[in-house]
Formats: sequence, C-alpha cells, structure tokens
Amino acid sequence: MSWLSIVALAIQTAIGFQGASYALAASGLNLQFGYTGLSNFGHVGFLLVGAYGMGISADRGWSIWAGFALGIGAAIVLGLLLGIPTLRLRGDYLAIVTIAAAEILRLVANARPSEPLTGGSRGIGGLSGRLGFFEPNFIPEGRYGLGDSLVFNSRQLWSMLWTWGLVLLVTLLIRALVRSPFGRVLRSIREDEDAAKALGKNVVVFKLQSFVLGGTIGALAGAFIALDSGAVTPSRWIAPLTFALYTVVILGGAGTVWGPVAGAVVYWFVLDAVDGVLNNLWFDVSDTTSGAVRLALMGIGLMALMVFRPQGILGNKKEMLAGAR
Amino acid sequence: MPADGPLADVAAEVGVAKPDPILVVDGVERRYGGLMAVDVEHLEVPRGVITALIGPNGAGKTTFFNLLCGFDRPDAGRWTFQGQEASGVKPHVLARRGMVRTFQLTKTLGRMTVLDNMLLAGKDQAGEAFWRALVPPTWRDQEAANLERAHDLLGRFKLDHLTDEYAAGLSGGQRKLLEMARALMAEPTLVMLDEPMAGVNPALTQSLLGHVTALRDEGMSVLFVEHDMDVIMTISDWVVCMAEGRVIAEGRPADIAGNDAVIEAYLGIDHGGTVTGEIR
Repeated sequence: MSWLSIVALAIQTAIGFQGASYALAASGLNLQFGYTGLSNFGHVGFLLVGAYGMGISADRGWSIWAGFALGIGAAIVLGLLLGIPTLRLRGDYLAIVTIAAAEILRLVANARPSEPLTGGSRGIGGLSGRLGFFEPNFIPEGRYGLGDSLVFNSRQLWSMLWTWGLVLLVTLLIRALVRSPFGRVLRSIREDEDAAKALGKNVVVFKLQSFVLGGTIGALAGAFIALDSGAVTPSRWIAPLTFALYTVVILGGAGTVWGPVAGAVVYWFVLDAVDGVLNNLWFDVSDTTSGAVRLALMGIGLMALMVFRPQGILGNKKEMLAGAR
Repeated sequence: MPADGPLADVAAEVGVAKPDPILVVDGVERRYGGLMAVDVEHLEVPRGVITALIGPNGAGKTTFFNLLCGFDRPDAGRWTFQGQEASGVKPHVLARRGMVRTFQLTKTLGRMTVLDNMLLAGKDQAGEAFWRALVPPTWRDQEAANLERAHDLLGRFKLDHLTDEYAAGLSGGQRKLLEMARALMAEPTLVMLDEPMAGVNPALTQSLLGHVTALRDEGMSVLFVEHDMDVIMTISDWVVCMAEGRVIAEGRPADIAGNDAVIEAYLGIDHGGTVTGEIR
C-alpha cells in the first residue's frame, strides 16, 4: 500500500461519517464544557440514549421520527435528572455523577432483565433497514471520490449528507447562541459563577439549559451512529468514547464555534494515518498493538498540543493565556 | 463628611432606628460549629448615604455581608431590603432588586473582554432568554443601549483604553475599578463593596474614594466593608463597628472615633499602626 493511499484512507475516515458523527457529538460537549465550563464526563450516556431511542423504535415497528423523538426526549429527561440536583453544587460533583450515570445506563442496557427492551448484550440489529433510513437515498449506486482509496459508496454519502448537514445546523445554532447575551452569560458562568450570580443571573437555569441542549446534540449523534451502523450494542458506549470527544473538543479549541469540526477531522485523520503507517511497516504489528500505539501517539500529540498550542487548532492564544493567569 | 442631612438627629447607639432605612436586619445569627460568627440583633442601614462596616479581623464583617447578599445562609434571623423580605432570597434575585455586591478578591471574568464584563451586567436583558437569543432583532436595540452605557461607565472609570482587552490582563487596581464599574452597570440602589480598597496603591485609593462618593451623590446607598481607618473617616456618613460577630457601636465617624468599645476592640488585637494613629 502506498503512502498516498494511507493518506487517502485517513482523509476518507476524517471527512466521512466517523468525522461527522464525532464532530456532532463534540459540538454538544463543546457547548457544555467549552462555553459553560460544565465537566460532563458522561457525554457517552447521552449518545447511548439517542442510539437506543432508534433501536427501540425499530424493534417496536415505529418510524425513524419516533426514534429521534424517543432519543431526544430521553436525553432531555436524562439532562434534567442529572442536572437539577448536581448543577447547584460545585463542578466536580457533576463530573462524578455524569461518569457514573453513563456507566449505569450502559450496564442496565447490557443486563439480562433489560433484554425485551434493549436486547441485552446482543443489542438491537437491522435498524436502518427496519427504519428505512436509506430508502429515500437519491444518490445513485456507485463509487464517488478520487483514486482508489478516497471513495465513498452511495450509502456512505447518504449518511454523511445527513450528519454533516446536522453538524452545520448545530454549529450555526451554537454560533448564534454564543454571540448573544445568552452566550455571554454562559461564558461568565465558566469564568466565575459567583460573579454571574452577583450580577443577577440565575446560573442554575443557564447551566441546565446548556447541559440539556448539549446532551440533546449528543443524543442526535448517537442516533445517527445507530442508523449508520444499523445496530446498537451496549459495548460501544464506554467511557473512553467520552474521553475521545474531550480530545476532539480540546484539539479543535474548546469554546470556539468551529473547533469541534476541526478537532473531529484532525482526530480521525491522525488516528487513521497512524494506523495505516503501523500496518505497512517492514515488520508485522498486530491489530491490538496498533490500536494501543495509535492511542498512545494521540496522547503524546495532545500533550505536545498543550505545550505548543494550548488553545487548540482554532482557539485564540491570547484568550487561553488570559485564563491561565 | 459628617451626615448633616437625614442622619443629623440619629443617636449614636447600637440598633438605633433611622428615617427610611434601605436595609433592616433582625436577629441574624450564623454559627460555624461552636463559634458564633455573626450575631446581629438589630441593624438599620440608612438610605442614600455611605455606611462603613468596620471591625478587627475575624469580627464577622464579610460573613455578615455574604449573608445579606444571599451568598450564605443564616442559622436564624431575617432582614428586609427596601421593605421587601430579603432573607432566604437567592443572590441573583437580590441583585435584580438592586442589591449589587463586589468581592474582596475581585471576580473579574478573565477570559472575557472588559467590554463583555460590562455588558454582562446589563439589567433584564431580553437576549438572555434562550429562544430570544436566537432572534437578534428582539435584543439588538437593548444591546446597543447597553453598549453606550458601558462605554460611558468605562470612560468614567478610565478603563476606556482597555475595552477590548481580556479582563485577566488587567492589573489588580484596574480589576477593582472594573468590578465597581460593572456593579454600576447593573443599576443598583444599594451597592455593597467588600473591601474595595484592599491591596490598592494610594493614588488609586483616592480615585476609588472619589467613585464611591459619586455613587452617593447620584442617589445610591453604599454599604462597604473596610479596614483602613483613614478611608472610613474620610468618606463614610455612618459607621457600624462589629467585633466577635456583634455590632458593638454605631454612629457618625466622629462618634466612632471616640467610642471606648471600638478602641478596645481594635486595640485588644494588634491591628497595625493606622488605627492607633487615627483614634485619639
């Protein structure tokens, strides 16, 4: 395999559905963490309820819209349930509660008694067919792209069209919000909650709104991951996914409008390029080794980023350094 | 400046009634374990004047201050602000009613510009509601008016050359100024300043003093916690002295300077030269 095709494959992942779904999920986290300063360490829990919304809807013979409604509804309930008691407390409590809640959700979905609803450890399969996700696809069958490696089939393009489209919508929504007085209050909460209170802002309500909206965006990402892969299994929604999304947010620049998009694209490009290189060395590297090595390299890359560009790819260095004082 | 107006006939006694008080406190207690940090039986804070809250370190001034603003909860007692119940009311609600505070350790919002710090404080902003935030025409006019007011205030506090700087880049003194300007932006009726002159150089202290007296001259009431006796004697119209959680004396600055209880409270604890130099 040539170096060019390694790069082409990495670009395919980065601008493909992987990049899009991570950008979407990270946008929600960016609103919570980057703009409001909320440490949501259980973002994957929101993705999970979005994905299972689709799965359960497919199982019951409901429509794709019911799947979205179920996922979003569950995300709002989850956001309120976690947010109302903990957002009154210091920030660390939210981190503890969210990471635990996400684990609980995954374990409950995985448990035997939940089988009638979630399919237990086997999960729910064949969803996109039952929900007809690809039915309205107007893109003709075929291969689209450049050369032999950077190509997408019509189904992939259909998923990308919806997910990137949603990323654009969500990013524009967040852009409008953060440029308004509403966004100014969110940033003031990130900087100093007491100051915001002393100026008459009901910080709990603002935090709750940011938390629930960010979680809902996460649920949408989860719903699309389920639709694209056609299956929901509990083992997918583990804490490292939350950490990967944090990496995306920090890589792109926490608290910047386009940061999650840049972060997701770069994240997947680096991860896949490293994978490609490791698989094409003059000696054999096993899959498990390359999987571990690429994450280790990502970690080193993130550390280097913190040293040389702490504000992330799109962040404002002056703003970042201001925060360090 | 001795009060020659509304406080002229008020006796210098603890818990004395005042004409038209802005804040009335009754039986407020705050305990930390076995320690009674605050135990104020009755206190009326006069309207339209500068009231200083003094006392040696550990007298409970800041704790009392935090209670009044809703940042801490008392174990007992109640108080009213402008005749309305204020005990148990959330701090942001009190701020909206006009009781706006600053902090001993300045709380400027570092990763926001000086201008954003100011604009944040604007009162009743339509664009702070989630849905309206998405429809800029519903808040654009208000934002423009706030912008103008913010620029005026920044000019008055001589911060106009720093408008677009991040607040974290400001010096300690500039932050004090910004915090005071920001409090004014919130259109307060009672400004509560927690040690506004702490850690500020003498030149800036003078300028801060000017700003505090300007607040009174514009009709606002001021309650401030302060250590520096020079400052207190210069600008306050009424002085409340606390020691060990209780109000031990009240009066005009001249009354306080000669008050035995105050002298004892201060001299009983080593409190540096300023105090002993000033009370004669």
